[in-house]
Amino acid sequence: MLATLEQGTRAAASRTEPIVARIEGVNKNYGSVRALQAVDFTVRAGELVALLGPNGAGKTTAIKLLLGLMPPTSGKVRVFGGDPMNPANRVRTGAMLQVGRVPETLRVREHIDLFSSYYPNPMAAADVLVAAGLEKIAGRKYAELSGGQKQRVLFALAICGNPDLLFLDEPTVGLDVEARRLLWDEIRALVRRGKTVLLTTHYLQEADALADRIAVIHEGRIIAEGTPAEIKARSSGKRIRCITGLSTQAIREIPGVTEVKEDREAIEIRASETETVVRELLARDRSLSGLEITTAGLEDAFLALTQESTSRAPQVSH
Amino acid sequence: MGTATMVLNNSRIESSPRRIATIYLKETKYEFLKNLRLRVYTASVLSFPLMFYVLFGLVLNAKEAIGATRVPTYLIATHGTFGVMGASLFGTAAGLASDRGLGWLQVKRASPMPPFAYFIAKIITSMVFSAVIVLALFGLGIAFGGVRMPVGEFARLMGTLVAGSLPFSAMGLALGYFAGPNSAPPTINLIYLPMSFCSGLWVPFMFLPKVVKQIALALPPYHLSQLALGVVGAGTHESNMVHWEVLIGFTMICLGVARIGFQRDQEKMYG
Repeated sequence: MLATLEQGTRAAASRTEPIVARIEGVNKNYGSVRALQAVDFTVRAGELVALLGPNGAGKTTAIKLLLGLMPPTSGKVRVFGGDPMNPANRVRTGAMLQVGRVPETLRVREHIDLFSSYYPNPMAAADVLVAAGLEKIAGRKYAELSGGQKQRVLFALAICGNPDLLFLDEPTVGLDVEARRLLWDEIRALVRRGKTVLLTTHYLQEADALADRIAVIHEGRIIAEGTPAEIKARSSGKRIRCITGLSTQAIREIPGVTEVKEDREAIEIRASETETVVRELLARDRSLSGLEITTAGLEDAFLALTQESTSRAPQVSH
Repeated sequence: MGTATMVLNNSRIESSPRRIATIYLKETKYEFLKNLRLRVYTASVLSFPLMFYVLFGLVLNAKEAIGATRVPTYLIATHGTFGVMGASLFGTAAGLASDRGLGWLQVKRASPMPPFAYFIAKIITSMVFSAVIVLALFGLGIAFGGVRMPVGEFARLMGTLVAGSLPFSAMGLALGYFAGPNSAPPTINLIYLPMSFCSGLWVPFMFLPKVVKQIALALPPYHLSQLALGVVGAGTHESNMVHWEVLIGFTMICLGVARIGFQRDQEKMYG
């Protein structure tokens, strides 16, 4: 709850902060595949923005454009006012990308030493090790690390240059719950120190837990943007779940019910006036059991948003 | 909305020559350490030329001579060329292909690292390994093969062979851009071993069949080995100019191909 409040106030404050990264009217095609279509997107100083979308939605493409790893097919990409394609314009950014293989014979400390040298004002190596939780394994070779530790080394390489803006591409993919929580804490600590973070994720929970602002991306377009609360509000009402002998037809007739769905042995109902509907359900079926009422979460909003956009836009065959 | 202020571009931190030099130095240092600790690399690249030299130059033919040059001396030039070629090709192509194919190069490219640092580090590392191989051949030759030569000649042979690392590093960069992470090592072997044979690095040039001798004229290792042999008085009659020209031309072509690969990579990055 506290975290949500803090996120909310930060989000409000950041609307007046200067823009640090911007994608303007960008299209990116890979041959005939349209990875991004007319995307406009900005990141302001001090924000933690999540780019949320299913695999193949265009998240990584957006990050790669912002990192200057490739040019857009059309449109403009600016980071701190400069073209990120020029390596000199990357001294204020750090990146954590998905990588198949890192040189395995170098030690953790050596990897950090090398990457720090690329930046004019890097963090002290000891501070990087602490911030990424690598103090105890600084002398190990990369090959000897666990999955979570390897991910933390990549995180260390992203922050070692003391950058103002961090791009984290699916930073917690493949991590267990504990390792994920640890990395979340580290990301939050960065934002507290005034850094700006843009992360991509397909975990709704991650976007909800971390972000001040979420941009939902689907099939190369940004289909919604707002605080986690605003995004959640996009899916209407609440959800009632129960086991009942009533037919779906009978439930649909109850005033206030907007949608009825069978889900295994139970029935799922969406309703605008939850209390009335529940009262009516209990009155009609005395054997009703397993009653649950939940506020629609980010997941519902996300599903609603992506389905909406899929049915609205005519499908382009790939 | 569109008029929102942009943070002023104060990212043009002066890139002092000292800072840039440090990047190149560290990049090279860690490239060297990385390869040194890579057993596949050191074992194959160092041990093969040395083993061949011990066998053919010290155990079997130590008392023989080719023309006026003793075999242990002659083979420092040819097996040296073989060693330099292996160290340079594997040192550049294998690493580049795997860094490219498995995403590591992308992490580096996303940093402010000057792109040249990456390539220069690979080239210098290859030269250092080349020098180590040639020195080891000399060590063996002097200790067990009775090799003796004036310091000036030693320096010229050493210099020629180490400089000869460049064309093969360039070739390795070109290969690294067009081979996959797994196919790079076998591809290198497929080019490197037949080329060594045809260039007279294993069987001295004059004993090669006539057809092979003609093929050799088109092969860079032939020209490098002839330059090296020339230092010890065992070269063929062509002028050194021709050999240098072929090697320089070959280097330029390979760098051109590598450049095409470099640019192609920027466009063709799926994700």
